[in-house]
Amino acid sequence: MSDAHLMTTAHLVTTASGCHFQSKPSCGYPAPSIENFFFKPIFTIGSYQFTKPILIMLLSAAIVLLVFWLAFRSPKLVPRGIQNVGELGILAVRDQILRPQVGSKGDRYLPFLVSLFFFIWLMNLWELIPVAQFPATSKFAFPLGLTLVVWVTYLVIGMRHQGPLGYFKNMAVPPGAPWWILPLLSPIELLSNIIVRPFTLSIRLFANMLSGHLLLLVFSVATWYLFSATIGLLFAAVSFIVFLLVFLLEVLITLLQAFIFTTLTAFYIGDALEPAH
Amino acid sequence: MHLLVHHLLYVAAGSTTTTFKIQGLGKLVYGLAAIGPGIGIGLVFGHAIEAMARQPEASGRITTYMWIGFALTEALALIGIAVPFFITS
Repeated sequence: MSDAHLMTTAHLVTTASGCHFQSKPSCGYPAPSIENFFFKPIFTIGSYQFTKPILIMLLSAAIVLLVFWLAFRSPKLVPRGIQNVGELGILAVRDQILRPQVGSKGDRYLPFLVSLFFFIWLMNLWELIPVAQFPATSKFAFPLGLTLVVWVTYLVIGMRHQGPLGYFKNMAVPPGAPWWILPLLSPIELLSNIIVRPFTLSIRLFANMLSGHLLLLVFSVATWYLFSATIGLLFAAVSFIVFLLVFLLEVLITLLQAFIFTTLTAFYIGDALEPAH
Repeated sequence: MHLLVHHLLYVAAGSTTTTFKIQGLGKLVYGLAAIGPGIGIGLVFGHAIEAMARQPEASGRITTYMWIGFALTEALALIGIAVPFFITS
């Protein structure tokens, strides 16, 4: 990681020295890279480094907890004020995400899905908020951790509802499948449900946020770099316009990725509740 | 055919060096990886639009599934972008 620190300070030196598009000591475009995703720790305890993504994650969790606690601190039958917002959030998740995938019998998993949805959405949103400008979910650890929770959840639900061995038997031998397709179907089903699903779930969220952040970095650094008293001004303006378009795209993508993660979680839970048919 | 068998035996013997003679092949990689998802996303939205044209009152449900299909297909393209960043070899 010492190389990463050198790289980030090299970037800072380049940017702070006024290196622009056609400045006299000619310097190239300081291209954003994977090094921009590693941060110097805010403080260190032993070998534990407390970095910016961790701070963003803790803030997201605190804000979600605070909003929902305030909304339902003293719930009334006719909602007033912030209880409206809380109810809106919960009903949106229940009616758009949970019920279409699982049906009414999945209502007991609603608290889990509500927390998951708003936590991921808020962690994604920090990409767009001016001071932070970094989505915590673009560090692979955060989607991976959430995916492990979801994975263990649906495995346990499946084993509880269909029996520990019955769950895997129903997965490998779906009821109603002809016997001659089983040598092809069983390995695919087992692999898909146990390995591929958590893998794609985590990497979908991670890669979306990584590429979004990288795009925003490219165009914002390009705007700054091209900004000089020459033709560079026009280039910088165009770059800024593209930056705004990518920003709008990211507003959509942050919400969409949280929605997709939660929808797929609901689907996997529904899939585990009864054998595939 | 003889050359192909020779090459396969060479690879199977555990050789660790296979060099690409074409320079700059790495820059093509994501372009190739984006072909499939590009077609896929076009199909998703195209069929969604057609379905909404056939039955406008189902637009809500179609839109929901359209976004789900889009995200699942986009995941493959984005895996193509992101994976080169953390392959260290």
